[in-house]
Amino acid sequence: MILEQIKQGFIRELADKGQREDGRGLLDYRAIKVTKGFAPNAEGSALAEIGRSKVLCGIKFDVMTPFADRPTEGVVMVNAEFSPVAHPEFRAGPPDEKSIELARVVDRGIRSAKVVNVDNMLVTEGKVQGIFIDLYILDHDGNLIDTAALAAMAALKDAKVPKFEEGKIVRGTSSGSLPLKDIVVSTSFEKIGKTIMVDATDAEEIASSGRLSLGTANDGKVCSSQKSGSAGFSKDEYLQMIDWAHEKRRDLLAKI
Amino acid sequence: MVEKADLFKNGKRLDGRGPMDLRPLKITAGVLERAQGSALVEWGRNKVLAAVYGPHEVLPKHLADPTKAIINARYIMAPFSGQEEHGRSGPNRRSIEISKVAKHVFENAVLVDQFPKTMIDVHMEVLQSDGGTRVAGITAGAVALADAGIPLRDLPVGLSAGLIGEHMVLDLDKYEDNLGDSDMPMVILPRTGEILLSQMDGLLSREDISKAFDMIFQGAQKVRDKQIEALRTSYERMAAQAAQGETQ
Repeated sequence: MILEQIKQGFIRELADKGQREDGRGLLDYRAIKVTKGFAPNAEGSALAEIGRSKVLCGIKFDVMTPFADRPTEGVVMVNAEFSPVAHPEFRAGPPDEKSIELARVVDRGIRSAKVVNVDNMLVTEGKVQGIFIDLYILDHDGNLIDTAALAAMAALKDAKVPKFEEGKIVRGTSSGSLPLKDIVVSTSFEKIGKTIMVDATDAEEIASSGRLSLGTANDGKVCSSQKSGSAGFSKDEYLQMIDWAHEKRRDLLAKI
Repeated sequence: MVEKADLFKNGKRLDGRGPMDLRPLKITAGVLERAQGSALVEWGRNKVLAAVYGPHEVLPKHLADPTKAIINARYIMAPFSGQEEHGRSGPNRRSIEISKVAKHVFENAVLVDQFPKTMIDVHMEVLQSDGGTRVAGITAGAVALADAGIPLRDLPVGLSAGLIGEHMVLDLDKYEDNLGDSDMPMVILPRTGEILLSQMDGLLSREDISKAFDMIFQGAQKVRDKQIEALRTSYERMAAQAAQGETQ
């Protein structure tokens, strides 16, 4: 951590010149790798790696009580666990504001684009399907939101819907893939000085004054937007980042 | 029972507003006795109270930053504030996330480097909610900070825009938020045009977002006028009280 703190000045100087510590261009992602089916006891799973960051997503189905105003709709829940294995500053315990933010941003992207069609997920009277999407941060070298969103999307693509009999889930069975209506990915931008870059490392995030994470869906749509950190962005910067996010979307989609 | 089709008819919204119209907005500064600064924002059927304490000693101490003040922002909804059933007391995942993004807004606007090793609390209490409480809360927090005499780069202004079908409208109420297609709460600094908070529900194209920005920048001016009027009224009241004290 101390090393990353010390490097801040160096990273800012490089950013002013449009350069980065690892030689990447401002709009280059690190190597992206996705391994589907990593945790086969889950109904869907994927390990996503962006550079040295690793996020494992596991999806479990269950039988749940629906929301009172939506008695036949399935319930999708996203949760994030910043495991202490991932970073010297992560501590075990209840989710903090960063983990809640990450889970909710990934959740809003999936929900806004209606990736999972939750209509008619009635299992039996008063019970619907529940889909738990758990994001385990295993190694943190920056850009956790994009890595987690990628893991979630890949795990959804990997997911097999189990059979439901007499109001109960039958584990280990499959009635086919989970139908998906859209594909969403996240592209996060960090602002260091006046320079904007994608896919920041941990050290770059420490040097950064603010972030914008944009979720993109099919047909050129934006499905989530989350500004974080103290920096402000102008309208022009924001619109430029939308264009860049759609460009980067193609590279990310190719990996899942 | 309100249906989606009722939300926008013949150029008018459910409550008779046009796309650019804000709900009635009243801001009162200096409404609390003990807080250093406070403000009440009554915006449509929303009532949000903000209070500022500080700069004070940082607790817990290890969080102190030798270069600047740290902001402790807390947005929370009273359990009786909604139209639905009694909510749970205390913070939930939604309010923790909103508190975080609100903190970032105030970190930007407050001249934090003037108060190293201190903490400034901005509490935002939603007493009655009807859609758009986070932007109302931050708008109130900004006035409370100014009322506390804490130097700001500018007053942050919160406002939301969203799509009802194909119509982009400003300042969504609860029905529009729930039944509409998408909404985008934003906080800006009107003087510099910076976007300090951006969140989104639903789907928007680049053109939609560009239009939403333009509408928000325009509408924010009205909110800013109310913020300044509230502060002026509060100072005039204080000046009148001081003058009365001298004559006695």
